[in-house]
Parts: sequence; C-alpha cells; structure tokens
Amino acid sequence: MTPTTREFVPAAVPLGRPASSPHSLQTLASNPYALRIVSFAIVALAWEWAGRVPVSPSFPTFGETAAALFSMLADGSLPAAFANTLVPLAIGIALSSVVGVAIGVAMGLNEKVEWFGVPIFIVLQAAPLAALVPLLVLAYGIGVTTKVFVVCIMAMPVIVLNSFKAVRHTPHSLIEMGRSFMANRPQLIGKIILRSATPVIFAGLRLGTAAGFVGAILAELLVTPTGVGDIITYSQSTADYPRMYAAIAGVIIVSVLFIEGLGWVEQRFLRPEKRSAS
Amino acid sequence: MIGLQAQTAAPPLAADAAPIVEVRGLSKIYPGGVEALNDISLSFPEGELTTLLGPSGCGKTTLLKIIAGLLQPTGGEVRVRGRAVTGPGPERSFVFQDFALMPWATVIRNAAFGLELRGVPRSEREAVAEKYIASVGLKGFETKYPHELSGGMRQRVGLARALAVNADIVMMDEPFSAVDEQTRRQFQEDMLRLVAQERKTFLFVTHSIEEAVYVSNRIVLLSRRPSRVSEIIDVNLPRDSEPDQIRRHPAYLDTVEGIWQTLKRYLD
Repeated sequence: MTPTTREFVPAAVPLGRPASSPHSLQTLASNPYALRIVSFAIVALAWEWAGRVPVSPSFPTFGETAAALFSMLADGSLPAAFANTLVPLAIGIALSSVVGVAIGVAMGLNEKVEWFGVPIFIVLQAAPLAALVPLLVLAYGIGVTTKVFVVCIMAMPVIVLNSFKAVRHTPHSLIEMGRSFMANRPQLIGKIILRSATPVIFAGLRLGTAAGFVGAILAELLVTPTGVGDIITYSQSTADYPRMYAAIAGVIIVSVLFIEGLGWVEQRFLRPEKRSAS
Repeated sequence: MIGLQAQTAAPPLAADAAPIVEVRGLSKIYPGGVEALNDISLSFPEGELTTLLGPSGCGKTTLLKIIAGLLQPTGGEVRVRGRAVTGPGPERSFVFQDFALMPWATVIRNAAFGLELRGVPRSEREAVAEKYIASVGLKGFETKYPHELSGGMRQRVGLARALAVNADIVMMDEPFSAVDEQTRRQFQEDMLRLVAQERKTFLFVTHSIEEAVYVSNRIVLLSRRPSRVSEIIDVNLPRDSEPDQIRRHPAYLDTVEGIWQTLKRYLD
C-alpha cells in the first residue's frame, strides 16, 4: 500500500506532514497503520457495547470472546481443530487455484472453450451452493472428498471467471506490439498475456480463497462436524457462545492472514513495478 | 537541445531513391462496412522519412498498420523489397501511439524486448538496448519502470525498442500525439538526428502539418475517408541550419501553408 502522496511532491517524505503541522490528527490520519487500528478499535468497541446491552443473550462481548480465543489457543484445542480443518481447505484451494486458473486462461485464449465453459461457471457462481452439499454427501459420502468438493465449488467459479476476464482484457496494443516484434504464440501468452493478467488473476485467487474458507467451515457444519466446525457446533449446543464466536473469529483471522500473504507473494515475486514504487 | 550537425548533406531527391516499400491498389473495409482505404498506390523510397498526413480518421494509421502486417487489407498488396507482406517481419519495426510498453518490465527490458523475442542472449541484447537507450537520451533510466517516466520519456523507450531490432523500416504511428508540445519539439529534433544517424527508412504518421514538414523528406497527403492519395510533396529544407532557423525559413512556412490550403478542402 502506498500512501496517497501526489506525484509532483518532490521531497522523499511519503508519510505524514511536516512536524510543524498544527493538526496532530491529520498526522495521525496520514499514517497508514493508524487508521487501520482506529477502524479495528471502533468495530471492537461496538461489539463490546452490543455484547453488554446485550442485543441477544447468545451474543458475547468482545472481551469474553477474546478471552475464549486465548484460552483455546493456550490449551491447544484451536490449533488442533485448525489442523483438521486445513486439510480439505488446503487441498481444495490448491486444486481450485491450479485448475481454476488453467480453465480461466484457456477460456480467455480460446473462444470455443469460452462458449463451452463460461455458462457453467456463471451458473455455479449464482447457485446457492450450500443447497448442493447434501447432494455431494450422497455422491461422495462424509469423508474428506466431499469437503474438498465443497471448498472447490465455492472457490473455483470466481477464480475461473477472474482469470478469464484478466486474459480477455489484455491491452490490445500490447498484443499488437508483441506481434509486430514477431512474438510466436507461446511467447505472446507467456511474456505478455499472462504477465498482464497477473493482477486480476490474483484478485480472483484472493476472492476464491476467502470463499474457500467459507466453504471449508460450511462443509464442517453441514457434512460432519470436525475441526473448527466442530468447535462452533459443539459450543453452540452447550450455549458456550464466547467459544463459538472465538472459533469464528479464528477462522476470519487465519483467512485474512492467508489472503494478505497471497497479496505479499504477488507483490514480492510477480509485480516488480509495484516494489520500486513504494 | 541536440543540434543538427550530424545531419547528412542535402537529402537525395525522392525520385532517385529506389522504393523499399510499394503499396499497390490497397483497400480496406472494416467489418461493419467502414471503408478506410480505397485503392491506394504509393511507393516509399529507401532511406527517407516519409510522412502520411491527413485529417483525423482518414485511415493513415490503417495504412501504416497494413504495411506493418498488423492488419490484413481487403484488397491490393504491400511489397517490401519486392516481397509481398503477409504479416509482421524482422525488417520492419513499429512505434506505437500509446507507447505499448509493458508496465511490469524495466526500461531496458522493454527496449530489449524485440531482441528477447528473437532469442538473443540476455547480455548481448541488453548491450544493444543500452546503446539505444543512451541514443534516445535515457541513459541512467535503464532500471526504471514505465510508470516512473513521463509520457515523452516513455515514447523514447518505444523508439529505442524499435531501433534496437535493427529493422530497415521504422514505422511510427503518431508517436508524439500523447506528448506535450515542448517535449514534442525536442523529440522531433532528436528524431531528425536519429534519422540521419541510423540511415533507415522511416514511415511516419501524424495529423500535425508543422510536424510533418519539419521532420519529413516527403509528405503523402491523404484525403478524407475512404482515403486516397491527394498529393505527394517533396520537402527541401536547409537541414544543416539550426532548428529555429528552419522553423522560420520561407520554404518551411510556404510548405506548411500550401498543405493547409490543400487540407482545408477536406474540412466541412
């Protein structure tokens, strides 16, 4: 993330204003981390307040939830549950990424593949996928296979459609440039089209990963309660709401960390021009 | 900035030079029925800078892209050194109106890209690219990315890329139209120097009369769409003079005025 400095400001002061600025609030607001912390704090406070009112007897405060989260981290139950949940999740996301990007790129490069494939993924994206889970249980039983499938049907459509659009929207002039300098088809795809599509493909991967996390938890709630899904259902049945929300918060944290990591990998290895800009 | 001392003596008359590119009976109708070119025949002499000049949307870019092999004509043919053009070739290179630089690649990689596509080893192609980056005035910017450069500098990278492949014919499609006026003048002068140094054939498209007269040996005036050749003008300016003297020279002013009188007819 680059702060919003205007291009013609010559001096190399990317952050903040001069210290002489009378508005310390402004200085604070131009620090990229300050506003994030403020935004997080507002949500936490609102949560704490809502828990104390309470809006519902089954809605714990932020403090209770955080305490439950730390106790589950301390006794090792949450990490153990994640180890369980991550198996179908990791397989599903890896599969959706590789297969999804391949299908999307193929659809972007070839119109016949597009006509064949796009309707399927648009329908999949629009379908209420949770409703399909019982069908998958019938077909594949209650094992890991079904859970992997749930992750895939959640994650794949957005990965495929983003990769497709990314390839299809390669700037025409770059393709013309490649052709005029005598690029053959593999060079055109490898050196121009895929490189130009990278940012949007990665945006799709991030969205797909987020959907995949939802899918993994959904599978544990709807198929068989294991891992984090088990903590959620069990805590709910024993009215231990702080634990239940702590498990949900844990999923969100891991998901966000993973998506941020994906963004970092993209910037670090695939977007050299972004690195030099910061 | 850079003078014209390097300029060769008076350019040869157009008629003396052998044509390197011949366009015969070319026509182009776009899908949807827009007729861009109608039966154009032209020849481009070797070693000269010929400008295609005409009103906006008159099909001059279309003509240039057909010669480049980027577009297929509906009828007629283009021959380069007697061989019919079916697609892009190593003897032709192109400078794009919107620069067409790869944003993820550094200046040197962009400039060396034509050689990279031809499989020239990295150290070799970077040495060539470095030389041309320096000759377009971008020495020291090799490791910058396009978004760190101004529009004029980006187009210099585009020019370096086109020169680095050592093509005989360099085609430029309104290369300065996305560049501000000051940069544009400086660029025109640098280009004249490069034209003299490189001894290549340049085909240049512009809609600016002044620019066409200032940089060309020969100007092909195109009529409104569907384009036909309206007039061919040989420009004879004292190329060894200083740039501002050329721009005040009666021959320069008269040619500009003459072209304006012709082009006026195509305005509504």
